[in-house]
Order: sequence, then structure tokens, then C-alpha cells
Amino acid sequence: MRSAEIRADARRAMEVCNACRYCEGFCAVFPAMELRRTFSDGELDYLANLCHNCRGCYYACQYAPPHEFGINLPRTFAELRGETYAENVWPRPLARLFARNGLVVSLAAALGIALVLLLAMALQPADVLYGAHQGPGAFYAVIPYGTMVAVAGATFGFAVLAMVLGVARFWRRAGAGGLPRVRPLVRALGDVLTLRYLGGGGDGCNDRDEAFSQKRRWLHQSLFYGFLLCLASTTVAAAYDHFLGLPAPYPFWSWPVLLGTVGGIGMVVGTSGLFGLKLVGDRAPAAPRLLGADVALIVLLGMTAVTGLLLLGLRATGAMGVLLAIHLGFVLAVFLTMPYSKFVHGGFRVAALLRYAMERDTSGA
Amino acid sequence: MLNLDQDYDVMVVGGGNAGLCAAITAREAGARVLLVEHAPRAMRGGNSRHTRNLRAMHTEPTTVLTEAYPEAEYWDDLNRVTGGQTDEELARMTIRESSRLAPWMEAHGVRFQPSLKGTLNLSRTNAFFLGGGKALVNAYYRSAEQLGIDIVYDTEARHLRLQEGAIREVELTSQGFPATVRAKAVVVSSGGFQANIEWLKQYWGEAAENFRIRGTPYAQGRVLRDLLDQGVMPVGDPTQCHAVAIDGRAPRFDGGIVTRLDCVPFSIVVDRDGQRFYDEGEDVWPKRYAIWGRLVAQRPGQTAFAIIDAKSERLFMPSVFPAIRADTIGELATKFGLELGPLEETVRRFNAAVRPGNFDSQKLDGCATEGLEPPKTNWARAIDTPPFIGYPLCPGITFTYLGVKVNERAQVLQEGGAPVANLFASGEIMAGNILGKGYLAGFGMTLGTVFGRIAGREAARHALS
Repeated sequence: MRSAEIRADARRAMEVCNACRYCEGFCAVFPAMELRRTFSDGELDYLANLCHNCRGCYYACQYAPPHEFGINLPRTFAELRGETYAENVWPRPLARLFARNGLVVSLAAALGIALVLLLAMALQPADVLYGAHQGPGAFYAVIPYGTMVAVAGATFGFAVLAMVLGVARFWRRAGAGGLPRVRPLVRALGDVLTLRYLGGGGDGCNDRDEAFSQKRRWLHQSLFYGFLLCLASTTVAAAYDHFLGLPAPYPFWSWPVLLGTVGGIGMVVGTSGLFGLKLVGDRAPAAPRLLGADVALIVLLGMTAVTGLLLLGLRATGAMGVLLAIHLGFVLAVFLTMPYSKFVHGGFRVAALLRYAMERDTSGA
Repeated sequence: MLNLDQDYDVMVVGGGNAGLCAAITAREAGARVLLVEHAPRAMRGGNSRHTRNLRAMHTEPTTVLTEAYPEAEYWDDLNRVTGGQTDEELARMTIRESSRLAPWMEAHGVRFQPSLKGTLNLSRTNAFFLGGGKALVNAYYRSAEQLGIDIVYDTEARHLRLQEGAIREVELTSQGFPATVRAKAVVVSSGGFQANIEWLKQYWGEAAENFRIRGTPYAQGRVLRDLLDQGVMPVGDPTQCHAVAIDGRAPRFDGGIVTRLDCVPFSIVVDRDGQRFYDEGEDVWPKRYAIWGRLVAQRPGQTAFAIIDAKSERLFMPSVFPAIRADTIGELATKFGLELGPLEETVRRFNAAVRPGNFDSQKLDGCATEGLEPPKTNWARAIDTPPFIGYPLCPGITFTYLGVKVNERAQVLQEGGAPVANLFASGEIMAGNILGKGYLAGFGMTLGTVFGRIAGREAARHALS
């Protein structure tokens, strides 16, 4: 059983780390480890998801390969995180989607685009699809409002449900119990919003090599906040349409477009930067098996943003119809694969940070 | 690959903390610097890669140190652990200089940990490196590269040709090939000889075969031997080394911190004949752990076994190796490969000799045995509550004391007292000047940093004058 081997590796690493403790200044993993002398499977899963893969401990480790102890915590924990995503997936039979996740996400993207394009082509006359549309409701001329809302709502709603159930299962299996009090909630929220633990104890993480940098932290947050802004843009647009009777497209100086533009640019900056770091970064502390899943999500989110921005730029031209279909194809792929891609790391990470904040609260640290 | 066939101003032999500090200082003084490191890149940094902190004098709280640690107290600590085997002038200079190190270290990429929880409570006297010594070594190497210092790994200095009072050239084996380097000044920071088992055998006999070396296998003492053979003045007792009792399952080299075992004060320790041989409760562990290496080294097979019961399991830091557990003392003996009878008899006699008292793991509690030889004078509690838990022990060598004599300018002295004109030393190779005996946590790094900077400064001055 693969996951049993990975957990055995992680447990052995934690035993070495717990006898050493030199890394305790780096992140939350080590103080959390020090609260324990033995490590159950669920606790290992928790610690693995508390790890932000900053790699500080790898470069500082006197027991890293070629030392015979061969400690490579970032890689071991990355592999274990991969297992926790699969083991806590909902519904359970879909766990195998994590086995070759890069392929799954890529196929979902390809099929999503093909499906939306084909349907648009099949259901709309050519002059509508390729024509230039202006004014309120222009998008809906190509893809009807009802269809767009129904598909987006259903896929996104399912994704959120599946992810919540997955994280809840992880939370239970990791042995966490009880409801958090206010202080740990605030603390965990701060950890998430600032991505504190990619700060690696002050000077950032080892995103490329032994040198410290805040680059990965900023790039991740550019993507993270960009994604949130795009969600906000869509939500505001839906509200405009539904409650104010103002259908899209909106002028540039409107909330949906401004939020979407800034968010889209943030996502493009974040994804291209993170992709670049994947290319130049030291592979030794990375898990080769998970590279495909990482890259697939980065590219999928990046392409969603790029096509969104292109759509904004060219929405007054005849290219709008096809671009809209392609963009919505990417969005569809994002929604469909959300619970079955690297995307889930966010939920697991938040849960782990919350649990850590609760432990700190109780241990009085 | 680097062209070594060029003239350098300063050549530094050894790429641990001291050598790096020397190289960086010399380079910043304007010298062309070559640093040769015996280990390959992945294992660079000598014993510094296993260190964690540096002992620093300070008169008021700093960002990384609490309260104050004045010169007088620092000197008292050093004088006490060395039993007076130190050089007061050099020692006080080192202590005073230690208060000025942190800004320089931080300017070269070293980062300190704000405060420390952990079991070691040293935050008053010692500044902890964030991530430990290897992180510090990485920072210095990076700094050295950025400054334009030439660095070669996998390169051992074999011979420093000393002629007419100066080093004329240095013979190397660089990545398997012989090479000769000329430099106007040479700094040796190549450590002690603790990893040279053959050399240890001169003083310890075949027992040295069973020693574990806690740090780098590259501390072969080749440069030290070479210099002493050419009439350089030695310092420190050649027969002595810092030896602690570590887990008997530790690797031969580089086991570092995780092989330490802190259970001795709460245990009884027996040799392979099942007999106790020393008072396990003589003093608190930090003050006694350095004698246990020697004690175990003197037992047959250089092996011993610490035995506790369930009551004491949580009183010490977990070791990296799992405890050996058994429901009876007999079963434990079998798991250790010991004879049943003697061990059972030792435990029975010990338990019978334990007198009641108020056990307190945090201080000398006076819970002692009566009428037992050797006695256990603190933390003596009957070993009677299963599961019984044991750890094998073996001697772990940290460093050796033999070194080269230096003056306050880090110049290496010859027999008769005249300095070698262009030879300087820093780090463990000269630590015996100041730490002639004993051990003071974090002092090795202090010494390496202080003398590394002096050696680098003086070497550059000599080369550029």
C-alpha cells in the first residue's frame, strides 16, 4: 500500500526531527510536532497539510541526503498531502482521479472547451456565433443566460459541497475535535490571508535554492487574491443582473469589470510566476509524482484568466462568441475539477492551520 | 572546474564556520581568496553543520538573547569547565569580541531565532541560528560566492610546505587529482582529528574501533599532523577528546544531535556483563553527560545499557531510535543480548538499596541508594514498573583537544615561539589554546567566528602589505 509506505517515511522523519528540533523557528509544523512524542496516521496527515512546502527545513537539514537518514521533509510531506487529498475525496470512488491528476485536469480542460464550443456551434447560427454583439445581454446572445447560470451554479455548487465534505473528513481523521474559539479562528484567518508560513521565519522561503525569497509567497497571493477578485466579479455581476436588471457586459469602469480585470491580471502574474519557479526551482525537495498535478492547476487557472482578459479586450469584435465559449470552457473545467485537483490543497491547509491555532490556544503557547 | 594554478593572496583550508569567516573577512579586506573544502558540496561545513548556537557575551537583552551575560560570568564559566586549562588573555579577548559578532553574522546572511522553547534553556547565554548550523554554513557560502571567493569542494590539503619560517606552497588532492597552490598567506581551519580512527587508536587502542564520531568524517587531522611534524608548537592534550554517551545504534559518522540520550540520570547503566559501574545520579545531566563517553569507552566492548521503567519514560527528550521494551528484566536482557542472571541480580540489588525520598526530576533530589557500590546519589527509584525500557549506549566523539599554538593575531607559532610568517589558524584546530579541557555549549562557534575573523583580517593584511 503506497500510502502506508509514505506514512512510514513521514513517521520516521518526524521521529528524527523531534529528536533534533533545529528547525523549530521555520514554521508551524515543528512546534506542532513538539507537542507530540508519537504520531498517529491522522496526526501525520495534519502535519503534512500544515507544511507549506517552503523548503527551509530541507536546506537547513544536517540529515538531508546524502546523509544516511535521508530526511527530505518537503518531499515526504508533499507526497503525503497527495495521499490525503485522494483518501478524503468525496465521493470516494473518484479517488483515482488523483492518481494521474495532471492528465485528468488537462483532459477536463480540453473537453470543457470542446463541449462548450461544440454546443455553441451546434445551437447557434454562424452569424450569431461569429457576429459582433454590443450592448446589454450581448454574451447571452451566444450562450443563453439560463444555460450559463444553470451549468455554472450546478458545477460550482457541487464542487463546493464535495470540497467541504472532503475537508470535514480530513478534519475528523486528523483527530481534531470541537468547535474553534474566536482567537484561533482569527489567528488561522491571518495565517491564510498573509500566507505567514511561506515567510519561512522572516526572509521568505527557498523557492529556487538555498537563497531565501518572498517571491513564491507574493506570487501565490497574487493568484489567491486574483482568484477571489474574479469570484467577486462574477458574484457582483450576477447580483447586477438578478437584482438590478442590468445584464452583462458592463462598461470598463464598473465593479464587475474592474474586479475581474484586476483579479485576472493578478491570476496571470501569479500563475506565470509560479510556473516559472517550477521550471527553475531545485527539484530535489519536490515530489516528482505531483509535478503534473501542480502544473496542470497552474496552467488551467492561468488560461482561465488569460481568456477572460482576452474576452474583455475583444468583446466588441466578432471574436467574442468563440472567446466566450473558450473562456467558459476553462471556467467549466475549473469548477468540474476543483474537488479533484491540487485546488483542494487550500481547504486542507486552512483546516490544518485552524487546528494548529486551536492547539496553540490550548497549550498556551 | 577552477584553475588552481594561479597566485592567491589568501588560501583558506577548511570550509566550516571558522574557515568561512576567515575567507569572507580576507576577501572584504581586498584579498583574492581561495577556499578549499575537503567534503563534497552536499556535506560541506565540517562540524559546524551540526551546531546550533553561539555563546555571546552581552550586557543587556538583545533581540535574540535575554537578560545579560557579562564578561566576568562568561570567564568564570570557561575557567570552570576547562579547570584552568585556558589562556586568559586569548579567552577574554574572545569573550569580549563575542558581543560584537551578531551584526556581522547577520550582514552575511545568518539569521537568528527570536526565542526558544525546547528543553535546552540557553536563551540567556546562547544565540540560536534559525535552522541550525547548516543554515548558517549555507548563508556564509552564499555570501562567499557573492563576494567572489573561489571555492573548491572535495579537495583535501595534504601538505603545507613550511620552509624558512613561512608556508611556501600547499599540496592538495583536488577531486582526485594532485594540485599545488601558492598563496601569500594561508589560514588553516581544518578542524581536529576526531574522525581519524587510526590516530585515535594511538591513545585508545582497539577500543577506538567502537567509537562513533558525532560529526563530520572529514576531520582527519591531516593538516594538524603535517604542521606538528614540521615543528609547529602543539597545544592541548593529544590523548583527550570530548566524548559523550550516545545511542549505541548511532551511525559511525555524522549522527549529530539526534543520537543523544538524556535518560542516564533516571536510569541504571550496566555494562555488557550486567554490572553497574558509575553513579548515574551524580549531577544534573548537562554537567555530567560529557564524562559518560569516557566511562562507556572504558567498559568491555565499549558498550553499555541504560535501563529505566515506565515511571521515567517521559522525563527526557525522545531519542531518534526506538526504546527497547520488555515486560520483564529478563526479557530486556535477552533483547540486549545480555545474560539474564547478572542483570536481574543487579536490578534486584539496586531496588533493594533504594531509600524512600521525594523524587524530583528538575533538581538534585537526594533520592539515593544505601549500601550499594557504586551508589546512585540522586533520582534513585526502584526499577519495578513494566514496561521496562532500555537504550544501548556507546561513546560518541565530538572533537579532539590537540591543536596548534597561536597568538592573539591568530598566527601559528613554531617550537621556540616564533610565528610562521604567513600562517594563521582558526576554529577547532586552535581551540585547544582556549578550551584545553571540557566543553561549553556554543563556545566552539564563538571561537571559530572570532578567530576566523582575526585570521582572515591578519592573513589579508600580511598578503596585501
